[in-house]
Amino acid sequence: MEFIETLLNGLSAGGTYAMIALGYTMVYGIAKMLNFAHGDVIMVGGYTLFITMGMMGNPILALILAVVCCTVLGVTIEKVAYKPLRGASPLAVLITAIGMSYLLQSLAQIIFGSANKSVDLMELGNISLGALQLSTYTVITLVASGVIMAALSLFVKYTRTGRAMIAVSEDRDAAQLMGINVNRIITLTFAIGSGLAAFAGFFMTLKTYNVSTTMGAMPGIKAFTAAVIGGIGSIPGAMVGGLLMGVVEAFSQTSPAIAPYTDAIEFAILIVILLVRPSGILGKKRREKV
Amino acid sequence: MKKIKWKHYAVYFVLAFCALYFGLQASAGELSFSTLLQLEQATIAMILAASLSLVVGFLGELSLGHAGFMCVGAFIGGKLSTILTEAGTMGEIPVLLICVVIGGLAAAVCGIIIGLPALRLRGDYLAIVTLAFGEIVRSLFRNAPESLFGGNLGIRTPRYDRNELFLIGFALVLVTVVVIKNLIRSKHGRAVTSVRDSEIAARACGINVTKYKLLVFTVSAFFAGVAGVLYSYSNYQVSSAKFDYNYSIEILVMVVLGGMGKLGGSLIAAAAITWLSNQLQLKLTGDLAVLKDLLYALILILLVVYNNAPALKNLREKLSIRNLMVRIRKKHDPSKVHDDDAKWDRIPTKIMVDEVLSVDVQVKSPYTPDKAKKEDK
Amino acid sequence: MDTVLKIENLGISFGGLKAVQDLNMEIREQQLYGLVGPNGAGKTTVFNMITGVYKPTTGRFFLCGENLTGRSQETINHKGIARTFQNIRLFNNMTVIRNVMVGLHNQPEYKCGIISSILRLPRHFKVEKAMRKRAKEILEVVGLLEDRNNLSCNLPYGKQRKLEIARALATNPKLLCLDEPAAGMNPHETEELMDIIRLIRTKFNVTILLIEHDMKFVSGLCDEITVLNFGTVLAQGKPSEALNDPDVIKAYIGG
Repeated sequence: MEFIETLLNGLSAGGTYAMIALGYTMVYGIAKMLNFAHGDVIMVGGYTLFITMGMMGNPILALILAVVCCTVLGVTIEKVAYKPLRGASPLAVLITAIGMSYLLQSLAQIIFGSANKSVDLMELGNISLGALQLSTYTVITLVASGVIMAALSLFVKYTRTGRAMIAVSEDRDAAQLMGINVNRIITLTFAIGSGLAAFAGFFMTLKTYNVSTTMGAMPGIKAFTAAVIGGIGSIPGAMVGGLLMGVVEAFSQTSPAIAPYTDAIEFAILIVILLVRPSGILGKKRREKV
Repeated sequence: MKKIKWKHYAVYFVLAFCALYFGLQASAGELSFSTLLQLEQATIAMILAASLSLVVGFLGELSLGHAGFMCVGAFIGGKLSTILTEAGTMGEIPVLLICVVIGGLAAAVCGIIIGLPALRLRGDYLAIVTLAFGEIVRSLFRNAPESLFGGNLGIRTPRYDRNELFLIGFALVLVTVVVIKNLIRSKHGRAVTSVRDSEIAARACGINVTKYKLLVFTVSAFFAGVAGVLYSYSNYQVSSAKFDYNYSIEILVMVVLGGMGKLGGSLIAAAAITWLSNQLQLKLTGDLAVLKDLLYALILILLVVYNNAPALKNLREKLSIRNLMVRIRKKHDPSKVHDDDAKWDRIPTKIMVDEVLSVDVQVKSPYTPDKAKKEDK
Repeated sequence: MDTVLKIENLGISFGGLKAVQDLNMEIREQQLYGLVGPNGAGKTTVFNMITGVYKPTTGRFFLCGENLTGRSQETINHKGIARTFQNIRLFNNMTVIRNVMVGLHNQPEYKCGIISSILRLPRHFKVEKAMRKRAKEILEVVGLLEDRNNLSCNLPYGKQRKLEIARALATNPKLLCLDEPAAGMNPHETEELMDIIRLIRTKFNVTILLIEHDMKFVSGLCDEITVLNFGTVLAQGKPSEALNDPDVIKAYIGG
């Protein structure tokens, strides 16, 4: 029973990671860039929750506003910082993204100060299913992340826009020649990714009851690791990687002897998986044409 | 030909001049405590930037875990210096030299370990593995028995005489630059840059890519370890919190702003960024302190966008110093074009661009490791 | 004359696709051998197999009697097969002469340890000087001596192709594989290239295997050719005979 509880807790934490990892993987697949500022979008989402909860006290409304805010922010970052660099060296884009991440963190620090802010989104109780004792948090995140991931997969697979996204990621120039508005698709990708980041921020705040300027940094790195484990560019890969990350975390934290090494274990898993499968669990590897 | 040769030695002269200038001032007692500390920090940053430049600028692989190597050097070297100083059988200088070498070697061993996956991975995948490596190292030192590496608080290290340490720092920078520059400007350096420009062509020319990748990672890690030892000497305390991935990125930023494949540029950028962040820290106190990070980020973004945006190409060419010189001299001499500076857009995108967004769960072209390759070894 | 390259039943398949199957070829010393065929016939795949980029799924190949099947690219190059690339792969951030010097890297006479390079021992200077001299000699043969200090990415297309040949020659091969050396060249440059290839053969005592589409080029230059289509051999022999083979004409013109 304890095993199943830990597993479910892990899956729910993994759901949060998967949310963030999806943002990384989609932006990577389509814009071919590593959006290092992604973790800080989560943080902005967290502070939006803080403000709206202070003003209105309605968690659902707060979530909606956070999603809107993050989406706008993601699109703005893309337009201001990344779009001028389209066609430039990927390294230049990467450095700009790092700069953007610093910028967001320091802006938040200037506006809100460096101390943590506490946000009480809602009271969380326990739910018992038979012999299983689960917190409401686990159930909410499990269900919500499952629904979001399913919706995203269906969107990408079956809608015109989704297929256009895949086309742009396959070959940007060819997609443009086929009449796809590449700029619009890239903007949309950033919008979706940032919206998902807001959900991740919501889940994280729900659990920890507070927000801080660096709240997105470590989850961001771990989610990126998860995206790479799953095979970057692959949407199911990001989900698998994120869930795996959460489960590993949950299980390693059950034993006091291993718990301090949780981060090390997660990163070690990344290295091992990449050594066995250099393009991740579900990633595709294209041969370089000689 | 003479002129070109002078240029190669210019960096040594500048370094020696700086060391001499500040050395004289220090001996006259004119340098304040904070200036001395800044000089030490600058030499540490220069060693780090030069060593990372070898990996990023010359091998063309992105490394986000450079602070990890430094961490190894700082802990091993710091611990060793504590032990040796307590034993008290040797003078300060021999102890320092032993620590520098041992700390460097310990980091170099880690360089080999991280170099091994580097043989199979490229681009972003390698970058994330180096990042992971840095975090693992940090976590291991943090969770090591407290009697050994002091856990969360880290270890206390003996502090070296403030008036002399920066001179030792300059000497170590000089050693680093000499080794890296000589390595780059030899047939081995050519082999390394050929791997960067086209790995397949390098293999077809019979270059042992494995050997050179490992070599670069090892040498780079060694000097990062040396920088770590220097850091442990410059501070009373070495704690793992310092060596997080933000620090790795800070080093990367120095290398990138200095110009890919330009050692001199990396050194200047390292010194300039150290100076700038110190100045900002002094000027912006209290509530304004966070403005420092904001300015730092803004400068970074603006510089990179200005230097790389395709739309600004004409403006850049109009304002570029080199083109101005050409216009003044009214001639363009192709032999003056030196081949060490690799422009960003000419560096092949080792950051791979072939990952494609996909929603398929089954793997269409499963990756099969080259089994035949293993058999023949 | 001795056999330089012997290919026996060589074949490779990607997934279900048999890109090349049952290829048998024999190239003798000093021969200029052509490999021709329509697009997608598997010519470059053959090159990739004999230079170690791909591992053949069936068959073997021998260089001067030594089985090199499945060896790594580096080893095959050391044993004496050098190649150029269809889509040019120069070291773009290096000058022309340094490109050639990378090719000289593994020659035993230019051996110089990493330590002696770092410490700038006399050995380093001696080797660098010798390499530079040798590189100039090679560049002179292909007619790029004047351009030696230019960045290779600034060269015009035709010269880039020649530089690739020079770089491959610098590895001192027994067999030189040229992948479409005349692609993208104008008729005048092509003529010049034919002369250069003939010159290389005698001057460097090297056997040459080349892929080419230009039939005039092939029939004017090659002693013997193999025609491939869909990965199988259509005809083999002297250019005049092989190119007049009814199967070959059918493959090229259709019908």
